[in-house]
Amino acid sequence: MPVEIDIAHVARLARLDLTAEELEGYKAQLGAILDHAAKVQSLEGEPAVEASHPLRFENAFRPDETRPSLDRDEVLAQAPETVDGFFVAPPALGTE
Amino acid sequence: MTSWEPVIGIEVHVELSTRSKMFCGCAVSFGDEPNTNVCPVCLGLPGALPVPNRQAMDWIMAIGLALNCAITERSVFHRKNYFYADLPKNYQISQFDVPVCHDGYLDVVVEGQTRRVGIERAHMEEDTGKSTHVGIGGRIHAAESTLLDFNRSGVPLVEIVSKPDIRSAAESRAYAQELRSLVAELGVSDARLEEGSIRFDANVSIRPQGAVGYGTKVEIKNMNSFRSLERAVAHEIERQAGVLENGGDVILETRHWDEEAGLTHSMRNKEESSDYRYFTEPDLVPMHMDEDWVEEVRSGLPELPAARRARYVEFGLDVGHAGVLSDAPPTIRQLFDVAVGAGAAPKPAANWLTGEVIGWLRRTESDPVTVSLTGSQLAELVAMVDDGTVSSTAAKEVLDGVLGGEGDPRAVATARDLIQISDTSALEAVVDEALAENPEAVANYEGGETKVVGFLVGQVMRATQGKADPKLVNELLTKRLRG
Amino acid sequence: MSEDRALHDLTIVEAGARLRAGDTTAVELLEAVLDRAHRTEAQLHAFLTLDRDGAMEAAEAADDALAAGEDRGPLHGIPMALKDNLCTRGVETTAASQILAGYIPPYDATVVTRLRAAGSVIVGKTNLDEFAMGSSTENSAYGPSFNPWDISRVPGGSSGGSAAAVAVGSAFGALGSDTGGSIRQPASLTGIVGLKPTYGTVSRYGLIAFASSLDQIGPLSKSVTDAASILETIWGHDPLDATSYSGEYPELSADLEKGVEGLRIGVVGEFAGEGYEPAVESAIARMLDRLSEAGAAIVEVSLPTVDIALSAYYLVAPAEASANLARFDGIRYGLRVDGATAEELMAKTRAQGFGPEVTRRVLLGTYALSAGYYDAFYGQAQRVRAALRDEFGAAYEQVDVLVSPTSPTVAFRAGDKVDDPLSMYLTDICTNPLNLVGHPGISVPVGLDDQGLPIGFQVMAPALGERVMFRVAAEVERLATFNSRPVLEEVAG
Repeated sequence: MPVEIDIAHVARLARLDLTAEELEGYKAQLGAILDHAAKVQSLEGEPAVEASHPLRFENAFRPDETRPSLDRDEVLAQAPETVDGFFVAPPALGTE
Repeated sequence: MTSWEPVIGIEVHVELSTRSKMFCGCAVSFGDEPNTNVCPVCLGLPGALPVPNRQAMDWIMAIGLALNCAITERSVFHRKNYFYADLPKNYQISQFDVPVCHDGYLDVVVEGQTRRVGIERAHMEEDTGKSTHVGIGGRIHAAESTLLDFNRSGVPLVEIVSKPDIRSAAESRAYAQELRSLVAELGVSDARLEEGSIRFDANVSIRPQGAVGYGTKVEIKNMNSFRSLERAVAHEIERQAGVLENGGDVILETRHWDEEAGLTHSMRNKEESSDYRYFTEPDLVPMHMDEDWVEEVRSGLPELPAARRARYVEFGLDVGHAGVLSDAPPTIRQLFDVAVGAGAAPKPAANWLTGEVIGWLRRTESDPVTVSLTGSQLAELVAMVDDGTVSSTAAKEVLDGVLGGEGDPRAVATARDLIQISDTSALEAVVDEALAENPEAVANYEGGETKVVGFLVGQVMRATQGKADPKLVNELLTKRLRG
Repeated sequence: MSEDRALHDLTIVEAGARLRAGDTTAVELLEAVLDRAHRTEAQLHAFLTLDRDGAMEAAEAADDALAAGEDRGPLHGIPMALKDNLCTRGVETTAASQILAGYIPPYDATVVTRLRAAGSVIVGKTNLDEFAMGSSTENSAYGPSFNPWDISRVPGGSSGGSAAAVAVGSAFGALGSDTGGSIRQPASLTGIVGLKPTYGTVSRYGLIAFASSLDQIGPLSKSVTDAASILETIWGHDPLDATSYSGEYPELSADLEKGVEGLRIGVVGEFAGEGYEPAVESAIARMLDRLSEAGAAIVEVSLPTVDIALSAYYLVAPAEASANLARFDGIRYGLRVDGATAEELMAKTRAQGFGPEVTRRVLLGTYALSAGYYDAFYGQAQRVRAALRDEFGAAYEQVDVLVSPTSPTVAFRAGDKVDDPLSMYLTDICTNPLNLVGHPGISVPVGLDDQGLPIGFQVMAPALGERVMFRVAAEVERLATFNSRPVLEEVAG
């Protein structure tokens, strides 16, 4: 059970711009949930984890064939900002 | 002054030239209008799901086998989680600890020496969209924006990581070129640096000569040609040496190569230390690359460069020439094989191909596949030079004619009146005439000036409009002069 | 007789019979549900979008097809509702989140394509807990839904809107999604049938993902046979979903009339005791007696690992969700809150666009996956799943099906649990294990408590065991003789 949740770091990793007050609130709630979730530690033994899929498949592939793409207008109609067929966003931090 | 040993690893990203993307049916195509090859999957729309391209898996296995790697029998995909505007799902489907291929090697020729570079791993992942940074007028606050095109998003990408076995800038370049040539050879990628279908990053560190541990490594990005790769690595080695010699420490960071300035710049850290939170991709199921599948891929592999070079050397070509021919377009190489199969001597056949033929293709800007020369024609030409039917100078003209579609070498030589006169008795007459017409030269020869033979050969050549076999003329003259 | 019931109260089977007998039309069926919606929506808020025009077009087409002799099957001409986390081309799909306000998908989910191909008439999109995270539909960014049995109470969640619509008659059937119980629990709380099929049997292509290894789409309906018809229409291999089962599918309705003679029914001992309302426990006990009288052997079964199943669920689900929801960043679609940099834009958009429960789970999931914690949390939770699967496997060597209450309680009052996330999570205690192991489960209404609130009985089966699951569920339905419909005073909206 971890000692202290660095909630600000987690919020940064998850790209959530929360206020200090909100962060405190979530930190407390997360603590309570994790206490409950930590019960998973009580599992005895080390069962082999093959996969999460109950029917245990493997090798689900598709052939190398093209399918029609979406109509660009329909796609761009949902975009907050576009120009000349591109999506527009502000620059990433650290872009020269 | 310390002697530094560079320790270099190279990371290569290869875009596969499949018809469709890695996880969806959108076309893989370079240069199309932005955002025209997109769908819910590669755009990261809500509800979309990935389904892997079987051909891409065959091709990464081919790459792995060509690099002498072991193929992992049971492999899975992972989610590599990070936020970036050109990464639609804000996670990339990649592979973490069970890459498809691992522990191989690539032999590289550097300055005449063969060096073996270990391959750590090769794994499958999806490419991101393309970001272009522009200044857009009219925006009040931001002088800059990013334009996003997701045509490239989801293209199958193979990441090949070498072991840190490379020891110089030249070797870095050789490794990169060899790898590029290999994937192009396999037919799995266009591997064009200028188009971005192959990309290189270098990890460079240095350590005192003879030391065992590793120095701090620096990642170098943005090298867009083989030359800039070599320059960048060389510069970085020097830079690090300078830092250490001045008592400083090399910082673990990513640096950006500036081709114009000829140096690397530190990139501001995007994230403190990347926590990618890898976990097995729950939208996909495990892959089982069993023996049958591996064998199927292995049996479909073409002859690889190293094996081919060795074969050429066995034919008698020197290592350098073998390399040049090996790197020539497939059509050219096929011509060599057919010509040699038809009885041509390998060295002259190779010479014609790597010299005149490739030169002609460049001059006429022709596609090798359209070349109007067959292997048997080449063999014919080689034989004609060998038996003196044409002089080597005339043979160039003959070849020109054949490439121009004028017909077989013998037909072209006849039509252009290039057949050498090799009839001894006919030539003897002309030789005698030349000697008779040039008594001073004869006298000079008898006086010890053997150089006049050349002049007399020239006279005979003129008399025969250049069609005499100069070797034979020389022989006959010399015989006559000596008495 | 069905003649004396209102059109909207009929089952799909009954409506279908009238359609084919020429006693009604698809347009009439549609008008009946639209009218019913009009009179109940003010109180229930089951729908986020009613697509009157699109539905009418489909209903008219269905009638034309039938007239031309083309019969597409049991769902032909039947008005259906879809949970608003299923993508419908051209129709707003929000997942009940602000971050997708106004979002119009350019494609249909596979299940939607299949419903349309079967001639069904899609009435509209129903309310849910935001991104399917919740058990009461109180986490919707567009306001909660309410229970037709008592409008001061929740209809359950996260498929609360679909459940309320079916229960009240503003749709003949609906699709929901179930990640920890989100179809079965609301079905139980609203007195209807709801099921989660075997993982992989219904394509997830077009379902806005919550937890990829747990999510499944399933039907909500008034009867077991209706549920079977819907499931048969939507399930089957889909090449667009790599987790889609490509083997043989069971004939799920083959044994509906067979009864339970000779079957072994396992009662999970852990699903009882503290936290379980007495009325719920006695309803389950009564049904077990009837099943025993009907010829089934009742066996006590213990699955000790279910005690930590919910803990594992609250690690796996948020972890996968944190990655699935990363795509909502204001760049390509949905809400955008401006920022000077892309990072800022994304962080502001997400903070504003996600509600508290979603934020909580994204934080939890991100944390559970982060460096240093992966093995203790996500990794360990995956081991719990493996252990659980082994335990269920061992149980199914002794019994044919397992049973339990669907929910420990009946519908609770709106507002009762919103401030106590843990207490809300506990309502999924009987349902979430099936999501962890990928097995199918169905909830069948078996009675009302003394407050007049419905109680659900859950039948569970092994993977691809839908045939025996339906067999037992059909018998439970027959034995329960639960014919009640909620009495709701209609208020013209």
